[in-house]
Amino acid sequence: MATPAAQRTARTEADGTPDTVGTTAYQRAFDAAVAADERVEPRDWMPDAYRATLVRQIAQHAHSEIIGMQPEANWITRAPSLRRKAILMAKVQDEAGHGLYLYSAAETLGTSREELLDKLHSGRQKYSSIFNYPTLTWADVGAIGWLVDGAAITNQVPLCRCSYGPYARAMVRICKEESFHQRQGYELLLALSKGTTEQHAMAQDAVNRWWWPSLMMFGPPDDASQHSAQSMEWKIKRHSNDELRQRFVDICVPQAESLDLTLPDPDLRWNEERGHYDFGPIDWTEFWEVLKGNGPCNEQRITQRRRAHDEGAWVREAAAAYAAKHTGHTDGTRTTGHQTAHETEAERA
Amino acid sequence: MTATGPATAPVTAALALGDDALVLSHRLGEWAGHAPVLEEEVALANIALDLLGQARVLLSLAGDEDELAYLREERSFRNLQLVEQPGGDFAHTIARQLYFSTYQHLLYAELAAGDGPFAPLAAKAVKEVAYHRDHAEQWTLRLGDGTEESHGRMHRACEALWKFTGEMFQPVQGLDIDWTRLDERWRESVEAVLRRATLPVPEGPRTGAWSAGAGRQGLHTEPFGRMLAELQHLHRSHPGATW
Repeated sequence: MATPAAQRTARTEADGTPDTVGTTAYQRAFDAAVAADERVEPRDWMPDAYRATLVRQIAQHAHSEIIGMQPEANWITRAPSLRRKAILMAKVQDEAGHGLYLYSAAETLGTSREELLDKLHSGRQKYSSIFNYPTLTWADVGAIGWLVDGAAITNQVPLCRCSYGPYARAMVRICKEESFHQRQGYELLLALSKGTTEQHAMAQDAVNRWWWPSLMMFGPPDDASQHSAQSMEWKIKRHSNDELRQRFVDICVPQAESLDLTLPDPDLRWNEERGHYDFGPIDWTEFWEVLKGNGPCNEQRITQRRRAHDEGAWVREAAAAYAAKHTGHTDGTRTTGHQTAHETEAERA
Repeated sequence: MTATGPATAPVTAALALGDDALVLSHRLGEWAGHAPVLEEEVALANIALDLLGQARVLLSLAGDEDELAYLREERSFRNLQLVEQPGGDFAHTIARQLYFSTYQHLLYAELAAGDGPFAPLAAKAVKEVAYHRDHAEQWTLRLGDGTEESHGRMHRACEALWKFTGEMFQPVQGLDIDWTRLDERWRESVEAVLRRATLPVPEGPRTGAWSAGAGRQGLHTEPFGRMLAELQHLHRSHPGATW
Protein backbone atom coordinates (compact mmCIF):
# COMPACT_ATOMS: atom_id res chain seq x y z
CA MET A 1 0.00 0.00 0.00
CA ALA A 2 1.58 3.20 -1.17
CA THR A 3 -0.03 5.70 1.15
CA PRO A 4 1.71 6.99 4.28
CA ALA A 5 -1.00 5.94 6.73
CA ALA A 6 -1.17 2.53 5.14
CA GLN A 7 2.59 2.11 5.26
CA ARG A 8 2.71 3.07 8.91
CA THR A 9 -0.02 0.59 9.67
CA ALA A 10 1.50 -2.16 7.57
CA ARG A 11 4.94 -1.74 9.11
CA THR A 12 3.65 -2.27 12.59
CA GLU A 13 1.51 -5.29 11.76
CA ALA A 14 2.26 -8.86 10.79
CA ASP A 15 1.34 -9.02 7.10
CA GLY A 16 -1.57 -11.15 6.07
CA THR A 17 -1.95 -12.91 9.40
CA PRO A 18 -5.44 -12.62 10.86
CA ASP A 19 -5.52 -11.15 14.35
CA THR A 20 -7.97 -12.20 17.02
CA VAL A 21 -10.94 -10.57 15.28
CA GLY A 22 -9.94 -12.01 11.88
CA THR A 23 -8.74 -8.73 10.32
CA THR A 24 -5.48 -8.97 8.42
CA ALA A 25 -2.75 -6.36 8.39
CA TYR A 26 -3.64 -5.71 4.77
CA GLN A 27 -7.22 -4.96 5.75
CA ARG A 28 -6.08 -2.67 8.55
CA ALA A 29 -3.71 -0.87 6.20
CA PHE A 30 -6.54 -0.38 3.72
CA ASP A 31 -8.90 0.85 6.44
CA ALA A 32 -6.24 3.25 7.70
CA ALA A 33 -5.67 4.67 4.22
CA VAL A 34 -9.38 5.19 3.66
CA ALA A 35 -9.79 6.73 7.11
CA ALA A 36 -6.90 9.12 6.43
CA ASP A 37 -8.49 10.18 3.11
CA GLU A 38 -5.58 8.77 1.15
CA ARG A 39 -5.93 7.25 -2.30
CA VAL A 40 -6.01 3.53 -2.90
CA GLU A 41 -3.94 2.74 -5.99
CA PRO A 42 -4.19 -0.20 -8.43
CA ARG A 43 -1.29 -2.19 -6.95
CA ASP A 44 -2.47 -1.76 -3.37
CA TRP A 45 -4.28 -4.52 -1.57
CA MET A 46 -8.03 -3.92 -1.37
CA PRO A 47 -10.97 -5.99 -0.16
CA ASP A 48 -12.63 -8.06 -2.88
CA ALA A 49 -15.97 -6.40 -2.22
CA TYR A 50 -14.41 -2.92 -2.58
CA ARG A 51 -12.92 -3.95 -5.91
CA ALA A 52 -16.22 -5.45 -7.07
CA THR A 53 -18.17 -2.35 -6.05
CA LEU A 54 -15.78 -0.10 -7.93
CA VAL A 55 -15.87 -2.26 -11.04
CA ARG A 56 -19.68 -2.24 -10.95
CA GLN A 57 -19.86 1.51 -10.47
CA ILE A 58 -17.13 2.49 -12.95
CA ALA A 59 -18.53 0.08 -15.55
CA GLN A 60 -22.02 1.49 -15.16
CA HIS A 61 -20.60 4.97 -15.51
CA ALA A 62 -18.59 4.03 -18.63
CA HIS A 63 -21.62 2.31 -20.17
CA SER A 64 -23.71 5.41 -19.44
CA GLU A 65 -21.23 7.56 -21.34
CA ILE A 66 -21.35 5.44 -24.48
CA ILE A 67 -25.10 4.75 -24.40
CA GLY A 68 -25.60 8.43 -23.57
CA MET A 69 -24.08 9.33 -26.92
CA GLN A 70 -27.16 7.97 -28.67
CA PRO A 71 -29.92 10.39 -27.63
CA GLU A 72 -27.73 13.37 -28.46
CA ALA A 73 -26.23 11.93 -31.64
CA ASN A 74 -29.86 11.67 -32.70
CA TRP A 75 -29.69 15.45 -33.35
CA ILE A 76 -26.20 15.89 -34.83
CA THR A 77 -27.47 15.62 -38.40
CA ARG A 78 -30.36 18.02 -37.71
CA ALA A 79 -28.68 20.69 -35.55
CA PRO A 80 -30.20 24.00 -36.65
CA SER A 81 -27.00 26.06 -37.04
CA LEU A 82 -23.39 25.17 -37.82
CA ARG A 83 -22.26 26.58 -34.49
CA ARG A 84 -24.72 24.35 -32.61
CA LYS A 85 -23.71 21.39 -34.75
CA ALA A 86 -20.03 21.87 -33.88
CA ILE A 87 -20.82 22.17 -30.16
CA LEU A 88 -23.00 19.07 -30.18
CA MET A 89 -20.46 17.00 -32.11
CA ALA A 90 -17.73 18.04 -29.67
CA LYS A 91 -19.95 17.09 -26.74
CA VAL A 92 -20.78 13.64 -28.11
CA GLN A 93 -17.08 13.16 -28.84
CA ASP A 94 -16.27 14.09 -25.23
CA GLU A 95 -18.64 11.37 -24.08
CA ALA A 96 -16.79 8.77 -26.13
CA GLY A 97 -13.59 10.11 -24.54
CA HIS A 98 -15.11 9.77 -21.06
CA GLY A 99 -16.01 6.20 -21.93
CA LEU A 100 -12.36 5.59 -22.79
CA TYR A 101 -11.04 7.07 -19.52
CA LEU A 102 -13.54 5.09 -17.48
CA TYR A 103 -12.98 1.74 -19.19
CA SER A 104 -9.27 2.37 -18.60
CA ALA A 105 -9.95 3.08 -14.92
CA ALA A 106 -11.85 -0.21 -14.74
CA GLU A 107 -8.93 -1.98 -16.41
CA THR A 108 -6.69 -0.94 -13.51
CA LEU A 109 -8.91 -3.17 -11.37
CA GLY A 110 -8.23 -6.15 -13.60
CA THR A 111 -11.34 -6.08 -15.78
CA SER A 112 -10.98 -5.68 -19.55
CA ARG A 113 -13.10 -3.39 -21.69
CA GLU A 114 -14.20 -6.38 -23.77
CA GLU A 115 -15.48 -8.16 -20.66
CA LEU A 116 -17.42 -5.10 -19.53
CA LEU A 117 -18.91 -4.48 -22.98
CA ASP A 118 -19.99 -8.08 -23.08
CA LYS A 119 -21.79 -7.61 -19.76
CA LEU A 120 -23.48 -4.47 -21.06
CA HIS A 121 -24.59 -6.18 -24.26
CA SER A 122 -25.94 -9.21 -22.42
CA GLY A 123 -27.81 -7.07 -19.88
CA ARG A 124 -25.71 -8.16 -16.89
CA GLN A 125 -24.53 -4.61 -16.27
CA LYS A 126 -26.60 -1.46 -16.43
CA TYR A 127 -26.26 2.09 -17.67
CA SER A 128 -28.01 5.15 -16.31
CA SER A 129 -31.75 4.83 -16.86
CA ILE A 130 -32.01 8.45 -17.95
CA PHE A 131 -30.80 7.45 -21.42
CA ASN A 132 -33.87 5.29 -21.88
CA TYR A 133 -35.85 8.47 -22.48
CA PRO A 134 -36.13 9.80 -26.04
CA THR A 135 -34.89 13.12 -27.49
CA LEU A 136 -38.01 14.24 -29.32
CA THR A 137 -37.11 17.80 -30.23
CA TRP A 138 -34.00 19.97 -30.57
CA ALA A 139 -34.74 21.49 -27.16
CA ASP A 140 -34.11 18.06 -25.62
CA VAL A 141 -30.43 18.57 -26.42
CA GLY A 142 -30.54 21.66 -24.21
CA ALA A 143 -32.54 19.95 -21.48
CA ILE A 144 -30.07 17.07 -21.38
CA GLY A 145 -27.19 19.48 -21.04
CA TRP A 146 -28.81 21.62 -18.37
CA LEU A 147 -30.61 18.96 -16.31
CA VAL A 148 -29.05 15.58 -17.06
CA ASP A 149 -25.45 16.83 -17.16
CA GLY A 150 -26.25 19.12 -14.26
CA ALA A 151 -27.45 16.16 -12.21
CA ALA A 152 -24.45 14.13 -13.34
CA ILE A 153 -22.07 16.86 -12.15
CA THR A 154 -23.82 17.07 -8.78
CA ASN A 155 -23.28 13.32 -8.48
CA GLN A 156 -19.77 13.30 -9.86
CA VAL A 157 -17.98 16.25 -8.28
CA PRO A 158 -17.75 14.36 -4.96
CA LEU A 159 -16.29 11.40 -6.91
CA CYS A 160 -13.20 13.51 -7.63
CA ARG A 161 -12.40 12.77 -3.96
CA CYS A 162 -13.27 9.09 -4.25
CA SER A 163 -10.89 6.79 -2.36
CA TYR A 164 -9.81 4.94 -5.53
CA GLY A 165 -7.08 6.99 -7.24
CA PRO A 166 -7.59 6.19 -10.96
CA TYR A 167 -11.35 6.76 -10.70
CA ALA A 168 -10.91 10.02 -8.78
CA ARG A 169 -8.40 11.32 -11.34
CA ALA A 170 -10.60 10.36 -14.31
CA MET A 171 -13.47 12.19 -12.63
CA VAL A 172 -11.49 15.43 -12.31
CA ARG A 173 -11.13 15.61 -16.06
CA ILE A 174 -14.66 14.40 -16.75
CA CYS A 175 -16.20 16.96 -14.41
CA LYS A 176 -14.41 19.81 -16.17
CA GLU A 177 -15.91 18.73 -19.47
CA GLU A 178 -19.32 18.01 -17.97
CA SER A 179 -19.41 21.49 -16.58
CA PHE A 180 -18.91 22.85 -20.08
CA HIS A 181 -21.71 20.55 -21.29
CA GLN A 182 -24.05 21.82 -18.62
CA ARG A 183 -23.37 25.43 -19.59
CA GLN A 184 -23.95 24.75 -23.30
CA GLY A 185 -27.30 23.12 -22.44
CA TYR A 186 -28.34 26.11 -20.37
CA GLU A 187 -27.24 28.51 -23.09
CA LEU A 188 -29.08 26.49 -25.76
CA LEU A 189 -32.29 26.65 -23.72
CA LEU A 190 -31.80 30.35 -23.06
CA ALA A 191 -31.58 31.02 -26.81
CA LEU A 192 -34.81 29.06 -27.34
CA SER A 193 -36.56 30.70 -24.41
CA LYS A 194 -35.72 34.16 -25.74
CA GLY A 195 -36.60 33.13 -29.31
CA THR A 196 -39.93 32.76 -31.05
CA THR A 197 -43.11 31.58 -29.31
CA GLU A 198 -42.60 28.15 -30.90
CA GLN A 199 -39.02 27.95 -29.67
CA HIS A 200 -40.02 28.91 -26.14
CA ALA A 201 -42.75 26.26 -26.16
CA MET A 202 -40.24 23.70 -27.41
CA ALA A 203 -37.90 24.52 -24.51
CA GLN A 204 -40.70 24.34 -21.93
CA ASP A 205 -41.92 21.01 -23.28
CA ALA A 206 -38.43 19.54 -23.08
CA VAL A 207 -37.93 20.73 -19.48
CA ASN A 208 -41.34 19.31 -18.55
CA ARG A 209 -40.32 15.90 -19.85
CA TRP A 210 -36.76 15.80 -18.48
CA TRP A 211 -37.28 17.28 -14.98
CA TRP A 212 -38.57 14.23 -13.12
CA PRO A 213 -36.30 11.68 -14.81
CA SER A 214 -33.37 13.96 -13.87
CA LEU A 215 -34.37 13.88 -10.21
CA MET A 216 -34.48 10.09 -10.44
CA MET A 217 -30.84 10.07 -11.59
CA PHE A 218 -29.74 10.39 -7.95
CA GLY A 219 -31.11 6.93 -7.34
CA PRO A 220 -33.73 5.65 -4.93
CA PRO A 221 -34.37 7.39 -1.59
CA ASP A 222 -31.69 6.73 1.01
CA ASP A 223 -33.78 4.18 2.90
CA ALA A 224 -34.19 2.09 -0.29
CA SER A 225 -30.65 2.39 -1.65
CA GLN A 226 -29.00 -0.99 -1.87
CA HIS A 227 -25.31 -0.07 -1.99
CA SER A 228 -25.13 3.34 -0.33
CA ALA A 229 -24.06 2.63 3.25
CA GLN A 230 -21.06 0.45 2.38
CA SER A 231 -19.95 2.82 -0.42
CA MET A 232 -20.03 5.77 1.97
CA GLU A 233 -17.96 3.85 4.48
CA TRP A 234 -15.38 3.11 1.78
CA LYS A 235 -15.44 6.77 0.66
CA ILE A 236 -16.39 5.76 -2.84
CA LYS A 237 -19.51 7.76 -2.17
CA ARG A 238 -19.48 10.94 -0.07
CA HIS A 239 -23.09 12.12 0.10
CA SER A 240 -26.41 10.33 0.20
CA ASN A 241 -28.79 10.17 -2.77
CA ASP A 242 -31.33 12.43 -1.08
CA GLU A 243 -28.70 15.01 -0.09
CA LEU A 244 -27.44 15.25 -3.66
CA ARG A 245 -30.98 15.39 -5.06
CA GLN A 246 -31.82 18.29 -2.73
CA ARG A 247 -28.62 20.09 -3.74
CA PHE A 248 -29.58 19.72 -7.40
CA VAL A 249 -33.12 21.03 -6.89
CA ASP A 250 -31.76 24.03 -4.97
CA ILE A 251 -29.41 24.84 -7.87
CA CYS A 252 -32.02 24.38 -10.60
CA VAL A 253 -34.91 26.47 -9.28
CA PRO A 254 -33.22 29.87 -9.62
CA GLN A 255 -31.70 28.80 -12.96
CA ALA A 256 -35.17 27.92 -14.29
CA GLU A 257 -36.32 31.39 -13.25
CA SER A 258 -33.44 32.99 -15.17
CA LEU A 259 -34.37 30.87 -18.16
CA ASP A 260 -37.97 32.05 -17.90
CA LEU A 261 -39.06 28.42 -17.84
CA THR A 262 -41.12 26.63 -15.20
CA LEU A 263 -40.42 23.31 -13.52
CA PRO A 264 -43.33 20.87 -13.67
CA ASP A 265 -43.91 20.49 -9.92
CA PRO A 266 -46.79 22.32 -8.19
CA ASP A 267 -45.28 21.51 -4.78
CA LEU A 268 -41.98 23.22 -5.48
CA ARG A 269 -41.47 26.08 -3.01
CA TRP A 270 -38.82 27.59 -0.77
CA ASN A 271 -38.85 26.29 2.79
CA GLU A 272 -37.40 28.99 4.99
CA GLU A 273 -37.05 26.67 7.95
CA ARG A 274 -35.05 24.01 6.11
CA GLY A 275 -33.19 26.50 3.94
CA HIS A 276 -34.04 24.35 0.92
CA TYR A 277 -36.71 24.01 -1.74
CA ASP A 278 -39.43 21.49 -0.96
CA PHE A 279 -40.48 19.39 -3.93
CA GLY A 280 -43.26 16.95 -4.72
CA PRO A 281 -43.17 13.15 -4.52
CA ILE A 282 -41.20 11.29 -7.18
CA ASP A 283 -42.95 8.54 -9.09
CA TRP A 284 -40.69 5.65 -8.11
CA THR A 285 -42.93 3.19 -9.93
CA GLU A 286 -41.80 4.78 -13.19
CA PHE A 287 -38.16 4.63 -12.04
CA TRP A 288 -38.30 0.91 -11.26
CA GLU A 289 -40.24 0.16 -14.45
CA VAL A 290 -37.67 1.94 -16.64
CA LEU A 291 -34.85 0.26 -14.72
CA LYS A 292 -36.46 -3.13 -15.33
CA GLY A 293 -36.51 -2.51 -19.07
CA ASN A 294 -39.92 -0.96 -19.65
CA GLY A 295 -38.72 2.55 -20.54
CA PRO A 296 -39.46 4.18 -23.88
CA CYS A 297 -36.02 3.43 -25.37
CA ASN A 298 -34.41 0.54 -23.45
CA GLU A 299 -34.73 -1.87 -26.34
CA GLN A 300 -33.68 0.67 -28.96
CA ARG A 301 -30.55 1.79 -27.08
CA ILE A 302 -29.15 -1.65 -26.38
CA THR A 303 -30.05 -2.91 -29.85
CA GLN A 304 -28.13 -0.06 -31.48
CA ARG A 305 -25.17 -0.66 -29.16
CA ARG A 306 -25.10 -4.38 -29.94
CA ARG A 307 -25.49 -3.74 -33.66
CA ALA A 308 -22.60 -1.24 -33.73
CA HIS A 309 -20.46 -3.74 -31.85
CA ASP A 310 -21.44 -6.73 -33.99
CA GLU A 311 -21.13 -4.85 -37.27
CA GLY A 312 -17.72 -3.61 -36.15
CA ALA A 313 -16.41 -7.08 -35.33
CA TRP A 314 -14.75 -7.53 -38.73
CA VAL A 315 -12.98 -4.17 -38.32
CA ARG A 316 -11.57 -5.09 -34.91
CA GLU A 317 -10.54 -8.51 -36.23
CA ALA A 318 -8.79 -6.88 -39.19
CA ALA A 319 -6.90 -4.49 -36.92
CA ALA A 320 -5.83 -7.36 -34.66
CA ALA A 321 -4.74 -9.50 -37.61
CA TYR A 322 -2.77 -6.63 -39.12
CA ALA A 323 -1.10 -5.82 -35.82
CA ALA A 324 -0.17 -9.47 -35.30
CA LYS A 325 1.38 -9.62 -38.77
CA HIS A 326 3.32 -6.39 -38.50
CA THR A 327 4.09 -5.71 -34.87
CA GLY A 328 3.49 -8.93 -33.02
CA HIS A 329 0.72 -7.30 -30.94
CA THR A 330 -2.87 -8.34 -31.31
CA ASP A 331 -4.69 -5.20 -30.30
CA GLY A 332 -4.50 -3.22 -33.51
CA THR A 333 -7.29 -0.81 -32.63
CA ARG A 334 -5.28 0.98 -30.00
CA THR A 335 -2.24 2.03 -31.95
CA THR A 336 -1.18 4.86 -34.26
CA GLY A 337 -3.58 7.08 -36.19
CA HIS A 338 -6.80 7.24 -34.25
CA GLN A 339 -5.02 7.18 -30.91
CA THR A 340 -3.67 10.53 -31.97
CA ALA A 341 -7.25 11.71 -32.29
CA HIS A 342 -7.98 10.76 -28.74
CA GLU A 343 -4.94 12.58 -27.49
CA THR A 344 -5.83 15.64 -29.52
CA GLU A 345 -9.33 15.58 -28.11
CA ALA A 346 -8.04 15.10 -24.60
CA GLU A 347 -5.64 18.00 -24.92
CA ARG A 348 -8.50 20.29 -25.89
CA ALA A 349 -10.33 19.48 -22.70
CA MET B 1 -27.80 31.56 -54.88
CA THR B 2 -29.32 34.65 -53.36
CA ALA B 3 -27.16 34.36 -50.27
CA THR B 4 -23.88 34.65 -52.08
CA GLY B 5 -24.27 37.66 -54.35
CA PRO B 6 -22.31 37.74 -57.61
CA ALA B 7 -20.19 34.66 -58.21
CA THR B 8 -16.75 36.23 -58.09
CA ALA B 9 -13.81 33.85 -58.33
CA PRO B 10 -13.03 33.54 -54.60
CA VAL B 11 -16.71 32.92 -53.85
CA THR B 12 -16.87 30.04 -56.32
CA ALA B 13 -13.77 28.48 -54.82
CA ALA B 14 -14.88 29.13 -51.25
CA LEU B 15 -18.15 27.34 -51.97
CA ALA B 16 -16.42 24.41 -53.64
CA LEU B 17 -13.97 23.87 -50.78
CA GLY B 18 -16.47 24.84 -48.08
CA ASP B 19 -19.19 22.52 -49.37
CA ASP B 20 -16.73 19.62 -49.58
CA ALA B 21 -15.86 20.12 -45.92
CA LEU B 22 -19.46 20.71 -44.82
CA VAL B 23 -20.88 17.67 -46.57
CA LEU B 24 -18.12 15.25 -45.58
CA SER B 25 -18.34 16.48 -41.99
CA HIS B 26 -22.05 15.71 -42.02
CA ARG B 27 -21.50 12.22 -43.40
CA LEU B 28 -18.84 11.49 -40.77
CA GLY B 29 -21.17 12.83 -38.08
CA GLU B 30 -23.60 10.07 -39.00
CA TRP B 31 -21.16 7.59 -37.45
CA ALA B 32 -21.71 8.95 -33.92
CA GLY B 33 -22.85 6.06 -31.77
CA HIS B 34 -22.26 3.52 -34.55
CA ALA B 35 -18.47 3.22 -34.84
CA PRO B 36 -16.79 -0.21 -34.67
CA VAL B 37 -14.61 0.69 -31.68
CA LEU B 38 -14.63 3.49 -29.12
CA GLU B 39 -11.36 5.00 -30.36
CA GLU B 40 -12.99 5.45 -33.77
CA GLU B 41 -15.96 7.27 -32.22
CA VAL B 42 -13.42 9.81 -31.05
CA ALA B 43 -11.37 9.84 -34.25
CA LEU B 44 -14.25 10.16 -36.72
CA ALA B 45 -15.86 12.90 -34.62
CA ASN B 46 -12.51 14.67 -34.47
CA ILE B 47 -12.17 14.65 -38.24
CA ALA B 48 -15.78 15.74 -38.66
CA LEU B 49 -15.16 18.65 -36.28
CA ASP B 50 -12.02 19.75 -38.14
CA LEU B 51 -13.94 19.70 -41.41
CA LEU B 52 -16.87 21.58 -39.95
CA GLY B 53 -14.49 24.25 -38.66
CA GLN B 54 -12.98 24.59 -42.14
CA ALA B 55 -16.44 24.73 -43.70
CA ARG B 56 -17.52 27.55 -41.41
CA VAL B 57 -14.48 29.67 -42.30
CA LEU B 58 -14.84 28.99 -46.02
CA LEU B 59 -18.59 29.56 -46.21
CA SER B 60 -18.18 32.77 -44.25
CA LEU B 61 -15.86 33.99 -47.02
CA ALA B 62 -18.77 33.46 -49.43
CA GLY B 63 -21.64 34.79 -47.32
CA ASP B 64 -23.55 33.86 -44.16
CA GLU B 65 -22.56 30.34 -43.11
CA ASP B 66 -26.02 29.29 -41.96
CA GLU B 67 -27.87 30.76 -44.91
CA LEU B 68 -25.49 28.93 -47.20
CA ALA B 69 -25.70 25.63 -45.37
CA TYR B 70 -29.38 25.60 -44.58
CA LEU B 71 -31.18 27.60 -47.25
CA ARG B 72 -29.57 26.61 -50.53
CA GLU B 73 -31.22 24.04 -52.76
CA GLU B 74 -29.42 20.90 -53.81
CA ARG B 75 -28.47 22.28 -57.22
CA SER B 76 -26.62 25.21 -55.65
CA PHE B 77 -24.15 23.08 -53.68
CA ARG B 78 -20.69 22.83 -55.23
CA ASN B 79 -19.22 19.85 -53.37
CA LEU B 80 -17.74 16.78 -55.00
CA GLN B 81 -20.05 13.84 -55.42
CA LEU B 82 -17.46 11.73 -53.59
CA VAL B 83 -18.10 13.41 -50.23
CA GLU B 84 -21.89 13.12 -50.42
CA GLN B 85 -21.88 9.34 -50.88
CA PRO B 86 -23.70 7.57 -48.03
CA GLY B 87 -21.44 6.01 -45.41
CA GLY B 88 -21.86 2.37 -46.33
CA ASP B 89 -19.73 0.10 -44.15
CA PHE B 90 -16.56 1.21 -42.39
CA ALA B 91 -14.52 0.24 -45.47
CA HIS B 92 -16.49 2.67 -47.63
CA THR B 93 -15.90 5.42 -45.09
CA ILE B 94 -12.17 4.69 -45.04
CA ALA B 95 -11.93 4.51 -48.85
CA ARG B 96 -13.72 7.85 -49.10
CA GLN B 97 -11.38 9.28 -46.45
CA LEU B 98 -8.33 7.98 -48.27
CA TYR B 99 -9.36 9.47 -51.60
CA PHE B 100 -10.55 12.77 -50.18
CA SER B 101 -7.97 13.47 -47.49
CA THR B 102 -5.11 12.76 -49.91
CA TYR B 103 -6.64 15.24 -52.36
CA GLN B 104 -7.37 17.83 -49.69
CA HIS B 105 -3.91 17.53 -48.15
CA LEU B 106 -2.12 18.00 -51.48
CA LEU B 107 -4.43 20.85 -52.45
CA TYR B 108 -4.19 22.71 -49.13
CA ALA B 109 -0.41 22.34 -49.09
CA GLU B 110 -0.33 24.10 -52.48
CA LEU B 111 -2.74 26.80 -51.35
CA ALA B 112 -0.83 27.32 -48.10
CA ALA B 113 2.39 27.83 -50.04
CA GLY B 114 0.80 30.49 -52.28
CA ASP B 115 -0.33 34.02 -51.47
CA GLY B 116 -3.97 33.71 -52.54
CA PRO B 117 -7.02 34.44 -50.38
CA PHE B 118 -7.10 30.87 -49.06
CA ALA B 119 -3.50 30.71 -47.89
CA PRO B 120 -4.20 31.52 -44.20
CA LEU B 121 -7.00 28.97 -43.91
CA ALA B 122 -5.01 26.35 -45.82
CA ALA B 123 -1.95 26.86 -43.62
CA LYS B 124 -4.00 25.94 -40.55
CA ALA B 125 -6.12 23.25 -42.20
CA VAL B 126 -3.20 21.44 -43.82
CA LYS B 127 -2.02 20.36 -40.35
CA GLU B 128 -5.42 18.91 -39.51
CA VAL B 129 -5.74 17.23 -42.87
CA ALA B 130 -2.29 15.64 -42.57
CA TYR B 131 -3.70 13.76 -39.62
CA HIS B 132 -6.88 12.80 -41.52
CA ARG B 133 -4.71 11.41 -44.29
CA ASP B 134 -2.58 9.45 -41.86
CA HIS B 135 -5.70 8.04 -40.21
CA ALA B 136 -7.12 6.95 -43.59
CA GLU B 137 -3.80 5.42 -44.71
CA GLN B 138 -3.34 3.49 -41.48
CA TRP B 139 -6.84 2.05 -41.71
CA THR B 140 -6.45 1.26 -45.41
CA LEU B 141 -3.39 -0.81 -44.47
CA ARG B 142 -5.18 -2.56 -41.61
CA LEU B 143 -8.28 -3.38 -43.63
CA GLY B 144 -6.47 -4.26 -46.86
CA ASP B 145 -3.85 -6.38 -45.14
CA GLY B 146 -5.98 -7.60 -42.23
CA THR B 147 -8.33 -10.53 -42.71
CA GLU B 148 -9.81 -12.05 -45.85
CA GLU B 149 -13.12 -10.39 -45.08
CA SER B 150 -11.64 -6.95 -44.47
CA HIS B 151 -9.56 -7.24 -47.63
CA GLY B 152 -12.67 -8.07 -49.65
CA ARG B 153 -14.68 -5.24 -48.16
CA MET B 154 -11.91 -2.69 -48.65
CA HIS B 155 -11.37 -3.85 -52.21
CA ARG B 156 -15.08 -3.42 -53.03
CA ALA B 157 -15.17 -0.01 -51.38
CA CYS B 158 -12.14 1.28 -53.27
CA GLU B 159 -13.66 0.07 -56.53
CA ALA B 160 -17.08 1.52 -55.80
CA LEU B 161 -15.78 5.02 -55.09
CA TRP B 162 -13.14 5.10 -57.82
CA LYS B 163 -15.54 6.59 -60.36
CA PHE B 164 -15.89 9.69 -58.17
CA THR B 165 -12.16 10.47 -58.05
CA GLY B 166 -11.73 12.08 -61.48
CA GLU B 167 -14.00 14.94 -60.52
CA MET B 168 -11.56 16.16 -57.87
CA PHE B 169 -9.18 17.44 -60.53
CA GLN B 170 -11.63 19.49 -62.56
CA PRO B 171 -10.25 23.04 -62.28
CA VAL B 172 -11.99 25.23 -59.72
CA GLN B 173 -12.32 28.85 -60.78
CA GLY B 174 -10.23 31.08 -58.54
CA LEU B 175 -7.68 28.46 -57.46
CA ASP B 176 -4.27 28.79 -59.07
CA ILE B 177 -3.35 25.12 -59.16
CA ASP B 178 -1.69 22.81 -61.68
CA TRP B 179 -4.55 20.30 -61.63
CA THR B 180 -2.88 17.75 -63.89
CA ARG B 181 0.16 17.66 -61.66
CA LEU B 182 -2.07 17.45 -58.57
CA ASP B 183 -3.84 14.47 -60.09
CA GLU B 184 -0.51 12.74 -60.81
CA ARG B 185 0.68 13.25 -57.27
CA TRP B 186 -2.65 12.01 -55.92
CA ARG B 187 -2.44 8.85 -58.01
CA GLU B 188 1.13 8.18 -56.96
CA SER B 189 0.24 8.51 -53.32
CA VAL B 190 -3.02 6.55 -53.36
CA GLU B 191 -1.57 3.79 -55.51
CA ALA B 192 1.39 3.41 -53.16
CA VAL B 193 -0.93 3.08 -50.15
CA LEU B 194 -3.15 0.56 -51.95
CA ARG B 195 -0.12 -1.52 -52.94
CA ARG B 196 1.18 -1.55 -49.37
CA ALA B 197 -2.31 -2.60 -48.28
CA THR B 198 -2.13 -5.50 -50.78
CA LEU B 199 -5.10 -4.00 -52.62
CA PRO B 200 -5.31 -3.78 -56.42
CA VAL B 201 -5.46 -0.29 -57.92
CA PRO B 202 -8.95 0.07 -59.43
CA GLU B 203 -8.92 0.06 -63.21
CA GLY B 204 -12.37 1.41 -64.02
CA PRO B 205 -13.18 4.91 -65.27
CA ARG B 206 -12.58 7.75 -62.82
CA THR B 207 -15.68 9.68 -63.88
CA GLY B 208 -19.20 8.58 -64.76
CA ALA B 209 -20.35 8.82 -68.39
CA TRP B 210 -22.79 11.60 -67.56
CA SER B 211 -21.36 13.37 -64.58
CA ALA B 212 -17.75 14.47 -65.14
CA GLY B 213 -17.13 17.47 -62.92
CA ALA B 214 -20.76 17.34 -61.92
CA GLY B 215 -20.71 18.22 -58.23
CA ARG B 216 -18.74 21.38 -58.89
CA GLN B 217 -21.49 22.41 -61.33
CA GLY B 218 -24.32 21.58 -58.94
CA LEU B 219 -25.20 18.12 -60.23
CA HIS B 220 -25.44 15.63 -57.38
CA THR B 221 -26.41 12.06 -56.69
CA GLU B 222 -29.82 11.03 -55.35
CA PRO B 223 -28.75 10.37 -51.74
CA PHE B 224 -27.58 14.00 -51.45
CA GLY B 225 -31.12 15.39 -51.57
CA ARG B 226 -32.11 13.19 -48.65
CA MET B 227 -29.03 14.21 -46.73
CA LEU B 228 -29.87 17.89 -47.22
CA ALA B 229 -33.49 17.29 -46.23
CA GLU B 230 -32.27 16.02 -42.88
CA LEU B 231 -29.63 18.72 -42.46
CA GLN B 232 -31.95 21.60 -43.34
CA HIS B 233 -35.31 20.49 -41.98
CA LEU B 234 -35.27 22.05 -38.52
CA HIS B 235 -33.66 25.31 -39.61
CA ARG B 236 -36.17 25.72 -42.43
CA SER B 237 -39.11 24.86 -40.14
CA HIS B 238 -38.52 28.07 -38.18
CA PRO B 239 -37.87 30.82 -40.73
CA GLY B 240 -35.90 33.71 -39.31
CA ALA B 241 -35.39 32.10 -35.87
CA THR B 242 -32.02 32.33 -34.16
CA TRP B 243 -30.57 29.32 -32.38
